[in-house]
Amino acid sequence: MSSLKLSSSDFQPLPPSEAVQQISRPSLSYWADAWRRLRENPRAMASLGLITFLLAFVNIGPALWPVDPSAQDLDQIGIGPGADRSVTLAAHFKAWSPQQQSVTLADNDLGFTLATPANTQAVRLAWTATGPARHRLYRNVFDPETTGSLGLPLVDRDQPWFEDRLDLQPGTYYYTLVPLSVDGMETSGAVTLAVDVIRVISIAQALDRGLIDADDTVQLGQRLKLAWHPLGTDYLGRDMLARLMYGGQVSLFIGIFAPLAFVFLGVIYGSVSGFLGGATDQTMMRFADFVVALPFLLFMILFKVIFGIGPGESGIWPMLVAMIILLWPAPARLVRGQILQIREEGYVSASRLLGGTTAYVVGRHMLPNTMGVILVTITFQVPSAIFTEAFLSFIGMGVAPPTPSWGAMCNEGIKSMLTRPHELMFPAMLISITVLAFNLLGDGLRDALDARMRGAE
Amino acid sequence: MMTYFAKRLLLGLVTIWFIASATFFGMHAVPGDPLAGDKAMTPQIRANLEAKYGLDQPLGTQYVIYLGNIARGDFGISYTQENRRVNDIIREHFPISATLGILAIVFAGLGGVLWGALTALYRNQWPDVVIMFAVILGISVPSFVVAAISQWSLVGLNLAAGTTILPIGGWGSVWHMLVPALVLGLSTMAYLTRLMRSSMLEVVGTDYIRTAKAKGLPPTQIFSRHQLRNAILPVITVLGPAIAGITTGGFVVEIVFAIPGLGRYFVQAIQQLDYTVIMGTTVFYGAFLVFMVILVDLFYGLIDPRVRVDQ
Repeated sequence: MSSLKLSSSDFQPLPPSEAVQQISRPSLSYWADAWRRLRENPRAMASLGLITFLLAFVNIGPALWPVDPSAQDLDQIGIGPGADRSVTLAAHFKAWSPQQQSVTLADNDLGFTLATPANTQAVRLAWTATGPARHRLYRNVFDPETTGSLGLPLVDRDQPWFEDRLDLQPGTYYYTLVPLSVDGMETSGAVTLAVDVIRVISIAQALDRGLIDADDTVQLGQRLKLAWHPLGTDYLGRDMLARLMYGGQVSLFIGIFAPLAFVFLGVIYGSVSGFLGGATDQTMMRFADFVVALPFLLFMILFKVIFGIGPGESGIWPMLVAMIILLWPAPARLVRGQILQIREEGYVSASRLLGGTTAYVVGRHMLPNTMGVILVTITFQVPSAIFTEAFLSFIGMGVAPPTPSWGAMCNEGIKSMLTRPHELMFPAMLISITVLAFNLLGDGLRDALDARMRGAE
Repeated sequence: MMTYFAKRLLLGLVTIWFIASATFFGMHAVPGDPLAGDKAMTPQIRANLEAKYGLDQPLGTQYVIYLGNIARGDFGISYTQENRRVNDIIREHFPISATLGILAIVFAGLGGVLWGALTALYRNQWPDVVIMFAVILGISVPSFVVAAISQWSLVGLNLAAGTTILPIGGWGSVWHMLVPALVLGLSTMAYLTRLMRSSMLEVVGTDYIRTAKAKGLPPTQIFSRHQLRNAILPVITVLGPAIAGITTGGFVVEIVFAIPGLGRYFVQAIQQLDYTVIMGTTVFYGAFLVFMVILVDLFYGLIDPRVRVDQ
């Protein structure tokens, strides 16, 4: 046992010190504390970053990628991202017949041959003049061997040659020639020819598109590059990237602004109702119940019909107004409940006792204490507003063409989903990412701001 | 209980009256009128037609006639389709939507409870992570994209198999219903899974579960008799709003899968400005939803004695 030496000085009171009175850490306000908790949540921070990126994409993007979203590139319609954009300079198109030059027929049953190198101006086919007089020509973009279908019947032909100029795109086409009997029935002995079509452009067109200058020295067969579309083009040849940016402006504007507006309206309605209480409160809330009972999407559509869209209008404002009219009761109910609770709190009584006016008590004490709930509500309303916009545009009741929005782009893309999936996938992905980001941010905000809902996943 | 039921029913009727009035005055605010068609007509013919349809009456009288007709369950005649009553249209097309909706609710309810219970049981283990990831996807991807992708997959499946395993659209057999109902129920299923998970996790920490464990009940029995039964209650409360979501969400699925349901018909009527069909369908759907919510609340009171509804 160690000896403990104590002297009488150890029993003197300590000199009064300021240090014990000081708060060693900075005092945290409610918002600073919430921000600290939010920062510790990696999912919320990632979604915050994602939202920042999306906002930059739609707002700063058009400055970095200054392409007109409604300009059509007729040379590249519905091309996917990363498609080959090389083009070969060719002479102006002239009609063709095999009498002008001799064609060496191929070594198959019908002598079915590609007469000249195939390009997007024309595919020239010739076959043997002997045998049955009539042939039927089919064209398919898929191999008839695997799909079992010959494709599009192009022509029933008496002459032993044909020049196909029907909407040719670069790629491989499968032409099938079927001999016909005298009474016009298809007979056996069909021959299929796979033809690789290359993209060509005439000098006049190249000048028109700005690919070459008038004083450039060019020669036929020279390779040029068409305009670049990083994410491809849609069914009218409009640049997808530019449309996604401008469409995002519409979608995010409605998605963010509508919740801000109707939550604001709901907050006013709910706080008035909750504060006044009694019969007024009952009447006001009963009315809110009626509005809640309206079938939302049906009335959304109904309002859109009522407001109407004039020529040249985008239809964004009617949608916004309809959303505000229909969606305010939910935040109003929430805020009213909060106000009813807070009204009974001690600090409110204290504030009134000290002479606070009604407006002061509501503005200074009650609303700030419901702010957390309100913010969480807004965040969770953003995804549903974006969904509503997308849904309405999808069924053709949303923004009016040519105004792009992600929902409207999905609506256009779904029609050619099988052949050009990128037109549907890009806007759909952006909608999904946005909704996901706001949902995750809402979860994080709820955890950070609202102690009562914490952990209630 | 009975007075409560009567009160709810009365309030429901008032709500339906509100919906009908909002629809009526809303539609009358639309510029143009149903007789302004492609064909030019002389003022006499127009006056005759207006007299025939009661359109020459003052708005107040029209409103009273309209309410009277609705009270008798008569929604009028279609403006764009010859000799078709709105009642017939609803009678013909609503059962299809309802079948699809019920199937979707069953999918969503069963799936939500099952997946939610699984995630809570295997909390923070791989089944939880995988299912919750799928849930986030289900909540974030718009229904029309899910519908489009699933139809696309069906096309691929049928091509790969060489025959039609599942039809890619249309209506008729049970096989036509499977995929659309699944797609329709998907987002509700995701939502219910989330709800079920948190409710299960809450139940796990309660005293009665500890008591059940202390009594030595086997875990399977605790799970099925105590946890599941108690955790399922919040799921039932949201079924009412979920039915609302599924009936209107049906629009998209019906359009994508070419199902002749009422939702698709409604969208078509909107595009053709078929006033009576729009009004009739809206009021019908509104009334349907109001009664569904009342029904779910009553059902909830029946299965949970704690909520003997006297609030």
